[in-house]
Amino acid sequence: MAFEPSTGAASARLSMLAGRAFEGVASVLRFAIVVAGTFLGLLAITFFIGRVVPIDPVLSVVGDRATQEVYEAARQAMGLDRPLIVQFFAYVGDVLTGDLGMSISTGRPVVDDLARVFPATLEMATIGIIIGVVLGVPMGVVAATHQGSWIDQVIRVLGLLGYSVPAFWLGLVGLAVFYAGLGWVAGPGRVDIFYDGLLDPVTGLYLIDSVIAGEWDIFWNALDHLMLPASILGFFSLAYIARMTRSFMLDQLGQEYVTTARVKGVSERRVIWRHAFYPIRIQLITVIGLSYAALLEGSVMIETVFSWPGIGNYLTTALLTADMNAVLGATLVIGAVFIMINKISDVLYRILDPRARR
Amino acid sequence: MIDWLLDDSPTSRLQANLGRAWRVWTALLRNPLAVVGALIVLVLVVMAIFAPLIAPYSPVGQDLANRLMPPSAEHWMGTDELGRDIYSRVVYGARITLLIVTMVAVIAAPIGLVVGAVSGYFGGWVDRVLMGVTDIFLSMPKLILALAFVAALGPGIENAIIAIAITAWPVYARIARAETITFRDSEFISAVRLQGASATRVILRHVLPLCASSTIVRVTLDMAGIILTAAGLGFLGLGAQPPLPEWGAMISRGRNFILDQWWVATMPGFAIILVSLGFCFLGDGLRDVLDPKQGEKQ
Repeated sequence: MAFEPSTGAASARLSMLAGRAFEGVASVLRFAIVVAGTFLGLLAITFFIGRVVPIDPVLSVVGDRATQEVYEAARQAMGLDRPLIVQFFAYVGDVLTGDLGMSISTGRPVVDDLARVFPATLEMATIGIIIGVVLGVPMGVVAATHQGSWIDQVIRVLGLLGYSVPAFWLGLVGLAVFYAGLGWVAGPGRVDIFYDGLLDPVTGLYLIDSVIAGEWDIFWNALDHLMLPASILGFFSLAYIARMTRSFMLDQLGQEYVTTARVKGVSERRVIWRHAFYPIRIQLITVIGLSYAALLEGSVMIETVFSWPGIGNYLTTALLTADMNAVLGATLVIGAVFIMINKISDVLYRILDPRARR
Repeated sequence: MIDWLLDDSPTSRLQANLGRAWRVWTALLRNPLAVVGALIVLVLVVMAIFAPLIAPYSPVGQDLANRLMPPSAEHWMGTDELGRDIYSRVVYGARITLLIVTMVAVIAAPIGLVVGAVSGYFGGWVDRVLMGVTDIFLSMPKLILALAFVAALGPGIENAIIAIAITAWPVYARIARAETITFRDSEFISAVRLQGASATRVILRHVLPLCASSTIVRVTLDMAGIILTAAGLGFLGLGAQPPLPEWGAMISRGRNFILDQWWVATMPGFAIILVSLGFCFLGDGLRDVLDPKQGEKQ
């Protein structure tokens, strides 16, 4: 066969491109299947908790004060006489069409309740993670470059406390010290009662809604209320992020290319921030993603302490009134967001790290 | 005696095991934080066993004349809203904490170990199914999962233990699987199989013992998280029920008095922090001794 460089190269190139595109599609598909499988697993767990674990699932949905007619209607609607697998697919169908059932304590669809309370949690967790990242990353870098210094010790202690201090206890102590004792911050709730209900919910995030409405009083008041709970959440992510940043940085600083850069006479600041910090940014994305997801979980306890009307408070109230649809709905939403954040940081890692690309 | 323990060619299995335990023990003693951790855990165990001797008052005896008294010589940690001595309640609370962490470890670790060892030993579709289930549990938020399970099972200390155990086992399954895969094809396993040992026997007698040390490390490190989750369930009123002196539930009772009588809520919190720290220190120390590779990675 004659050697034809131009067409040969072109076709080789083409087939290579096609191969890459195919690989890309295949990896996206594989990823979609993994995500779908995980969500199906999540649904299987909530289904199991709601229908299999309770002795009488109907009673756990309608509550023990329900009349006989309500009970029978719910029993019919849940289709408990059908085989479990049929019930499960009916449940999956309901969830996919946005039907999480009715809440017995609020009397509204659980989906509507969740949509109403979710922004409060999102706002608190977001401010929390910002605090954690803005303070935690520089602290971790300094701890790595000044091993054994006081800041290194502080991060060690913070890291340990992050594992051993109950969030709800820290919330109570924070309220006692900074609200009741020193009067530095506002108390429980999202805004003072005086401002309650004055804002039209656009995004549901008070900080943004108040700016849109031009109500700066409410903005500062909301920020005042947000500071303490968000700082406590931020403390837990700070402890984790600083510890991880420190160990990533130590890994990099021990590598030979850092020594080379130093020998070349690159300034220490440039060595740290341009050479050593550059590659760990990608690892940090995963760490930050994980701690953001953990904050959503941690907010359950903090919201209870601060009477914060978010999804955590909704969940704990539902737990105490044995409002099973609300419990499962909130579990499902928190679980889904948790999984989503994990998967997204996974994807970002793969896109940004050339070694993880295949 | 020590020569016998450190003998390089032990003559019996007992001597080998004791010698190994002795080596771990002396290595632990060289790590001051691990010693502190071990002491804290020891104090917890002693308090739990000898609670009636250590506590100066009854944990449930009410004394309404002396309610909400600040810490003093008679009441080291003050009294609560029913005049009960908080120090005595914290001492008795050690029993509940110890019960919860022990039960969770006893339930979750064997389940995880067996799932992981079976998964790693057989491989193939068994592995895919078991690890698929494990990964789904791992990708769920633990506290929320435990809350939902307690909601379905009903509040109470037994149900709290079951719920926490359900969320704790997947980590051990992952560890056991990773360990099993590293020596699944090694010669000593083949030798046992050629002697006609069944898969059950290989897994129980030869695979699982080798996963033990990394599991022990992980369980100790997880103890702090288990204590916090249990306290959180107690705080929400879903764990141990009153009048049981569970630390989380005590904090919840003290919530109403936090602004004026701070000691009611803060004292049990210090107990939680101290015990969690103790397990962290001990776990770190054990990891350095038993599983040095893990330590480098962290």
